Amino acid sequence: MTTTALRPRPSVAALLAGLGLTLVAVLVLSIFFGRYPVPYWIPPDLLFTDDMAQRLVLGLRLPRLIVSLALGMSLAAAGTVMQMIFRNPLVEPGFLGVTQGAAFGAALSILFLGSSLLVVQGVATFFALAGLALSYLLARYMRFGGWVLRLVLAGIAVSALFSSGVGVLKYLADPLTQLPEITFWLLGGLWGVTWRDVWIVLPVVIPGLLIVYLMRWRLNLLSLNDETAFSLGTAPGRERTVLLVAAVATTAAVTAIAGIVGWVGLIVPHLARRLTGANAQHTLPAAMLIGGMFAVICDDLARALLPGEIPLGILTALFGALLFIILMVRTTLRVQS
Amino acid sequence: MSGLITLEHLRFGYAADRPMVLPDLSLEIPPGTVTAILGPNGAGKTTLLHLVLGLLAPQGGVVRIAGRPLAEYGRRELSRQIALVPQAEHIPFDFTVLEYVLLGRSPYLGMLEMPGPADYRVAQEALALLGLPDFAARPVTALSGGERQMAALARALAQEARILLLDEPTSHLDLSNKGRLLQTLRVLAGRGTTIVFTTHDPEMAVLAAQYVVLMRAGEIVDLGPIETVMTADRLTATYGTPVQVVRVDERPVVLLDPAGLGSAGG
Repeated sequence: MTTTALRPRPSVAALLAGLGLTLVAVLVLSIFFGRYPVPYWIPPDLLFTDDMAQRLVLGLRLPRLIVSLALGMSLAAAGTVMQMIFRNPLVEPGFLGVTQGAAFGAALSILFLGSSLLVVQGVATFFALAGLALSYLLARYMRFGGWVLRLVLAGIAVSALFSSGVGVLKYLADPLTQLPEITFWLLGGLWGVTWRDVWIVLPVVIPGLLIVYLMRWRLNLLSLNDETAFSLGTAPGRERTVLLVAAVATTAAVTAIAGIVGWVGLIVPHLARRLTGANAQHTLPAAMLIGGMFAVICDDLARALLPGEIPLGILTALFGALLFIILMVRTTLRVQS
Repeated sequence: MSGLITLEHLRFGYAADRPMVLPDLSLEIPPGTVTAILGPNGAGKTTLLHLVLGLLAPQGGVVRIAGRPLAEYGRRELSRQIALVPQAEHIPFDFTVLEYVLLGRSPYLGMLEMPGPADYRVAQEALALLGLPDFAARPVTALSGGERQMAALARALAQEARILLLDEPTSHLDLSNKGRLLQTLRVLAGRGTTIVFTTHDPEMAVLAAQYVVLMRAGEIVDLGPIETVMTADRLTATYGTPVQVVRVDERPVVLLDPAGLGSAGG
């Protein structure tokens, strides 16, 4: 008899539980972390005595915390889904025209349709999907290179198109009213998030993440050759579409609130794979937990580190790029083309 | 029809403006047999396997499995009938070998289901049958080409299908893995699995198969039991190059015929 266990390594279950508990701890600490009444901490008893502290926590910090959690989980899940479906560990929502498409849609909507959140979100989602579809089609019609290379190139080209479109819209925008709103998009941030945003974002994020989470075993199959995935009983085209739409819809929903927050979708799946191995049954929940933690911590720093707000996108890019460099230097990033 | 796999007047081409890969192909494969599809590169062997698998849809004709047209099978139902070991598999993520073999259990899992202890057991039995139990925890990406092919075979075994298709199974195998593959195919044939594999290597056909289908340019040159089909003139016609067949212990061994090659080769 071999020594290999008949079940997944218990260490994986323990690891996921540990990540879950850490996330809960981070969330609880984040509630008390801020700049009122002094940097960086609200004494817990103040919540029961100070009316201002109560309103601050319940009215501003809590909804912002929920949205940052949803943001991190969604981007990490979407990154994992795209890396596996496109069989390329170097893609993330931002690489495939999704984020830039959403930004373009939001800018377009701010300029011509007013800044009602629902409209901005709807238009952003539409252009996020359009960005993905364009990248995919372009990659199919390109005449050189392997699939992975074509996809990355197509994504870069489509993102650049949308980003130049955003440039044009910025040029056209009213510098006093519309331009600041569009600029907010490009830096990414969660200031001004209210409970209304929570109620808009969760109805998309919860079902989207649920679909991705429940179908995570299929994700493994879809990362194989088409012929193998097919022989194992999948309908590769249909199942890839379901997963992609879920991933892109959640990405678009959180991007509509937060603007462009990069690097989470690229780096978190790599961290998760380092911890749990490649099996999406474990990678996906790990990525969601780490992604949530990453975004919540970055947003804590964004709102409380300095007297003024630091745009969230700057922090995720900073830490994401640093982590990426560390992973690359330690050669744990396996990339085959 | 007595065949488990029946192909009736299959027609297939990849694009309308290019010549048909299979102009008109009929074939019947009885249950519990080992059949080699033998022919040169570009004969349409892989296309034929993909048609049997249902991955490609023919432009004309019909594929039947156990008498029922392929189109009537559901995706999951069919994947319990037919397993595939592809020619080369690019795996971009470092699954462990055990996780990779476990993927073969997917036809028995619901869309949202995860593998359970019974599935782990089947996967480990498959690894044990191939003599690879020590591989379970190793990353697939760290395996050699031949080892990876054996892992793919283990994954197909875990599928517990009655039909096993293999596409050029020996292309990356060294002698010991080739021996292991042959032995595994014998065990499976003994259990009643119907095996169809493509190869351009006549030796593999002789060693592993009872029946052989000689293919050239999408057409069947000849088919039948090894002893009657593996003759010098038929193989010469199949490969378009002079071939000799000698007997070693009653077993036909196929060699290039140097006399027929002209002087350039020495």
